[in-house]
Amino acid sequence: MTTSDSKLDSKCPSGPLETRWTQHKFNMKLVNPANRRKHKIIVVGTGLAGASAAASLAEMGYDVEVISFHDSPRRAHSIAAQGGINAAKNYPNDGDSVYRLFYDTIKGGDYRARESNVYRLAEVSSNIIDQCVAQGVPFAREYGGLLSNRSFGGAQLSRTFYAAGQTGQQLLLGAYSALMRQVGLGTAKLFPKRDMMDLVVVNGHARGVICRNMVNGELETYTGDAVLLCTGGYGNVFYLSTNAKASNASAAWRAYKKGAYFANPCFTQIHPTCIPVAGEHQSKLTLMSESLRNDGRVWVPKAKGDKRKAKDIPESERDYYLERIYPSFGNLVPRDVASRNAKKVCDEGRGVGDSGLAVYLDFADSISRLGEDKVRARYGNLFQMYEKITGDNPYKTPMRIYPAVHYTMGGLWVDYNLMSNLPGLFVLGEANFSDHGANRLGASALMQGLADGYFVAPYTLANYIASTKLEKVTKDCDAAKAATNDVKERVEKLLSIKGKKSVDYFHKKLGKIMWDHCGMSRNEAGLKEAIQEIPKIKEEFWSDLAVLGSGNELNQELEKAARVADFLELGELMCRDALYRTESCGGHFREESQTPENEALRDDEKFCHSAVWEHTGKEPTLHKEELNFEFVKLSQRSYK
Amino acid sequence: MSGSENSKLLNLNLKIWRQAISSDEGSLKDYSVSNISSDVSFLEMVDILNQDLITKGEEPVAFDHDCREGICGSCSMVINGNPHGPDKGTATCQLHMRHFENNETITIEPFRANAFPVVKDLVVDRSAFDRIQAKGGFISVNTGNAVEANTIPISKEKADLSFAAASCIGCGACVAACKNSSASLFVAAKVSQYALLPQGEVERKKRVISMVEQMDEEGFGACSVTGACEAVCPKEISLENIARMNREYIAAKLTER
Repeated sequence: MTTSDSKLDSKCPSGPLETRWTQHKFNMKLVNPANRRKHKIIVVGTGLAGASAAASLAEMGYDVEVISFHDSPRRAHSIAAQGGINAAKNYPNDGDSVYRLFYDTIKGGDYRARESNVYRLAEVSSNIIDQCVAQGVPFAREYGGLLSNRSFGGAQLSRTFYAAGQTGQQLLLGAYSALMRQVGLGTAKLFPKRDMMDLVVVNGHARGVICRNMVNGELETYTGDAVLLCTGGYGNVFYLSTNAKASNASAAWRAYKKGAYFANPCFTQIHPTCIPVAGEHQSKLTLMSESLRNDGRVWVPKAKGDKRKAKDIPESERDYYLERIYPSFGNLVPRDVASRNAKKVCDEGRGVGDSGLAVYLDFADSISRLGEDKVRARYGNLFQMYEKITGDNPYKTPMRIYPAVHYTMGGLWVDYNLMSNLPGLFVLGEANFSDHGANRLGASALMQGLADGYFVAPYTLANYIASTKLEKVTKDCDAAKAATNDVKERVEKLLSIKGKKSVDYFHKKLGKIMWDHCGMSRNEAGLKEAIQEIPKIKEEFWSDLAVLGSGNELNQELEKAARVADFLELGELMCRDALYRTESCGGHFREESQTPENEALRDDEKFCHSAVWEHTGKEPTLHKEELNFEFVKLSQRSYK
Repeated sequence: MSGSENSKLLNLNLKIWRQAISSDEGSLKDYSVSNISSDVSFLEMVDILNQDLITKGEEPVAFDHDCREGICGSCSMVINGNPHGPDKGTATCQLHMRHFENNETITIEPFRANAFPVVKDLVVDRSAFDRIQAKGGFISVNTGNAVEANTIPISKEKADLSFAAASCIGCGACVAACKNSSASLFVAAKVSQYALLPQGEVERKKRVISMVEQMDEEGFGACSVTGACEAVCPKEISLENIARMNREYIAAKLTER
């Protein structure tokens, strides 16, 4: 694949799409089973990508060290994924194939992902289901005992495997069980309650990490032959998101500051179906699975400012706007399209609820068609969760939903081998940028995390180890000492400001700027303003931050402070990237670039590339990786 | 923006367990918060308290939490004597203040058990659960070994029962509620998930024996079937799983070579 920049070699194979991965696997070098235990591999993060990679590498015989900021690997935020995981099994006989899953993913991502990577993802999707079933993951089944499927947005067939509304939990516990088996066997060592604070780079190669032991504050050095960052996305830059409270970008950001490139940082997914913000003390947003759009109908009143209760608005005065505008996909349009339309009807003054920032997701038709029991069997836990949070019963009144930050398609740049431009630094799962382009389809994050961890990285890592001469690196090498000193200084600085304002104060302030100017809709003036404002918050942060307590104990405010310090820098880069990309594509909607029907208008002439940013200490340098579509024809996405 | 129709404002007295480190004695300290909307979550109420404390220059209360969606199992807290508080089938993070009255005194303590030492304030060390899991909470299948998924048909009833057991979030409320600090519901949930599936058959006996032995070694107590665990479980894991684990254990012991 061509790149406009010699620094960015995607290493994508050539030849027929169907044989690229097979041929590539054959071309890659192997590490003899007896030699594997001599290579220490450091895995940071224990979500789907990290746990599956760590387990697989340990099974193969590598000496694996696993780092997690949680008290147990099982708590990683993959656990909260609800709806399902895609795979091209074609069990429902509705015309699915590897090629169709590949095509839907490329199109869903608005033609901003690499064909080779996406095809490989679709290719291994079936193996993931087999692997998880063998592990005892209790997927939903039909009465005949075979696996059940449902539909998700952006697809006109059923290819999503699920376990009620807790698919992420079940898949993560499957990967966790595989990992814990290796921990029990002594092939993987677990280091929980460690926050990765820096990357150790020796002669240009990633060779280790510096962690803060969160219980006693000690700085610990871990060195090895390769580092796998499986540290998730950066949605919490917005403060309010569906991410867990501790989800953060620091591992990726520290790697960026050590020379790893960051790709497409502005590609953020705003999920259409979340419980709306209730008040100023809201600490996070809760997703209502996309699977609900299988049976729920989205609507708002036809008239502006109609404040009647949902049940008092007659059928003829309701606007089922997704069904009206997109008759072929209806309520199952991709997430970016559904979110943008929700924003549009609310901006028109047709939003519902006290705030006017919500639309209805109505199950009345499904309940009368299927009966309450069947609806309960499909979505019981989601309905229960909704009722607990809002106090409303969705069997009786429609849910109120609004879009919320959910996932980040951008991330550290990686080549086809999932290795960043820093040799030895592999980036898996949401932390990388590789497969979803400008918009991720529902039920594809679980697929990617497990594909990377079970079926891609174990091969590509071996190739790196076998083809690279790695000198011995000790924990007291100069690079590790220097990194440790940097971390020590940073921690001491955070503690010594002794200002007046809490970490949350700054995080909320940053979040608001990001949501207003780099959220569902972006424009030049707003982004320029954000780029002006964020450094001011950063300055205030470093002069008026209050972190009480000391550095040598469990100090949750200190943990948060270090993360928010990094979010403040990343937020600015996201805005720069969004400002640079003057086209609209997928989740990145530039108001200046839309079709007459207000759909995202791509500019393939100018922007058919990934924007890849390099840290320089001053303004970041932009590199471009051209995207070369050999198999899919670029076209305006249509879900009508 | 405002919340639901019935929202009210609450003034609350809080008695919260403060303990700087594991080896400290620790004690309940009094705090108060005012004008708390009944629409906020319990943890958001603690967030508000912590923001107040930081403003006043006092150290905030340390507590475990993460997803705030009731699924990661991080949050703990014994609220007025109940692990995860008064709302049935609800983790602390999904508990909302509409379950409390104005001027109520709320006591907040950590999960208590010998096997769960306090790390700080309301944070406890639950790594014993990981060590139990490492002893047998898995099916030994390496990546790449799997057969085609639909070659293993499983009846819907069995799959649903297995899923219900597998929905355990590993929070440890069962231990905190038990007068013996038994981890039986946690272990039984994992044993049941696999015992109900054909994939779990090969290691069935070894699994239950190893996991139960490790549970004992960690210092968890024995089960006297009071059912307190089931009553507080945020995922409402059934006590039937303990009966199944006991059956599995006895059968395994009797036929062990």
